[in-house]
Amino acid sequence: MRLADHDQIEIIETLTLGELSHFCHVRTDWVVSLVDYGVLDPLGGHASDWRFTPPNVLRARKARRLTHDLGLNLAGVALVLDLIEERDALARKLAQLPH
Amino acid sequence: MVQEDFYKTLGVARDASSDDIKRAYRKLARKYHPDVNTGADTAARFQAIGHAHDVLRDPEKRAAYDKFGPEWETLKQQQQQEQTRWTGGYGFAPEDMSQADAGIFEDYFSAFRQDPFGRRASTRPMDQHARIDIALEDIFTGATKTFGLQVPDLDDQGRVVWRDQRIAVNIPKGIAAGQHLRLKGKGGQGADLILEVALAPHPTFRVDGRDISVALPVTPWEAALGAKVGMPTPGGKVQITVPPNARSGQRLRLKGRGLPGPHAGDLYAELQIINPPVNTAEARAFYERMAKELNFDPRKDQGGGQ
Repeated sequence: MRLADHDQIEIIETLTLGELSHFCHVRTDWVVSLVDYGVLDPLGGHASDWRFTPPNVLRARKARRLTHDLGLNLAGVALVLDLIEERDALARKLAQLPH
Repeated sequence: MVQEDFYKTLGVARDASSDDIKRAYRKLARKYHPDVNTGADTAARFQAIGHAHDVLRDPEKRAAYDKFGPEWETLKQQQQQEQTRWTGGYGFAPEDMSQADAGIFEDYFSAFRQDPFGRRASTRPMDQHARIDIALEDIFTGATKTFGLQVPDLDDQGRVVWRDQRIAVNIPKGIAAGQHLRLKGKGGQGADLILEVALAPHPTFRVDGRDISVALPVTPWEAALGAKVGMPTPGGKVQITVPPNARSGQRLRLKGRGLPGPHAGDLYAELQIINPPVNTAEARAFYERMAKELNFDPRKDQGGGQ
């Protein structure tokens, strides 16, 4: 068994546009489209200054998987991700109710 | 491993048409996609469905499978080289190229995939991705967890082979669910291994962002008189003060006792007042005395009354 040393583990914080594209194995213009559709909401004004936070990184990965696995287009991915978040928020509320 | 029946996996008859197979696959893929439906075995189911579909949608592979059945193993090796495979059910679907979305991928990615020897066309190594389920307690305190996985490597003829590897990961304290960890050089062939940290469901605690909630049962007298009671947290037991005249459903906040980190979350105790059951004459007499002496009507404001 190989032990991954502490210094070899990095928590991925914010990523630039180029880093996120590489991270998701996609072209940068596809990530820009995700921003255009409101799937991603980077910090910073110009694309060259964009910083994608961890929740954005996760959404980008999900968008990439849903596109690939279910054949969704961008509008479909945007809708599905919104609905999943709404459903999860409702599930959390439901769990708060006394049984 | 028991050889799975690809037709059963997709729920189709052995003489199903390619359209039937496509329809069954699409429906099951939606149902079991790990990003759409969280459940203990969705990732494994989704992978099995994808694997079955990969074989049955290809007339040549399907014919070979129909003919050889379990002997499919020899042909399956070829299949495995296209997939990121994880033991222990942590893997996502293989990220192989399909024509539908070829346009979105970086050029080096397709170049790598089309190289018959599996050698990289780019100097930039391909990260390997997978998801790991971490228990809340381990995120709370940090822990070293061991995972089984397979990583790609080259054999001496330059072919991609998958090697079993056990890897121990130091889970950093307070990492948020959904964050990614990069393990440098652990993805095989010099590539990095990227782990998406998912939170395993917990029987006692609910997590919302960095906040943690727990239902805290209290007695009617603890709620009425106030009390110091013990409550569980992912990091161990703590004492919490229940204020006098506490209501059922009231949320008590322990600031900064949620998930640790630079922006530590809060811990919420949700009071649930539990009445002692009446199963002795003494208990009955006690409740009757309360009914007589307390003169309390919780329905007064509703207009329901006594």
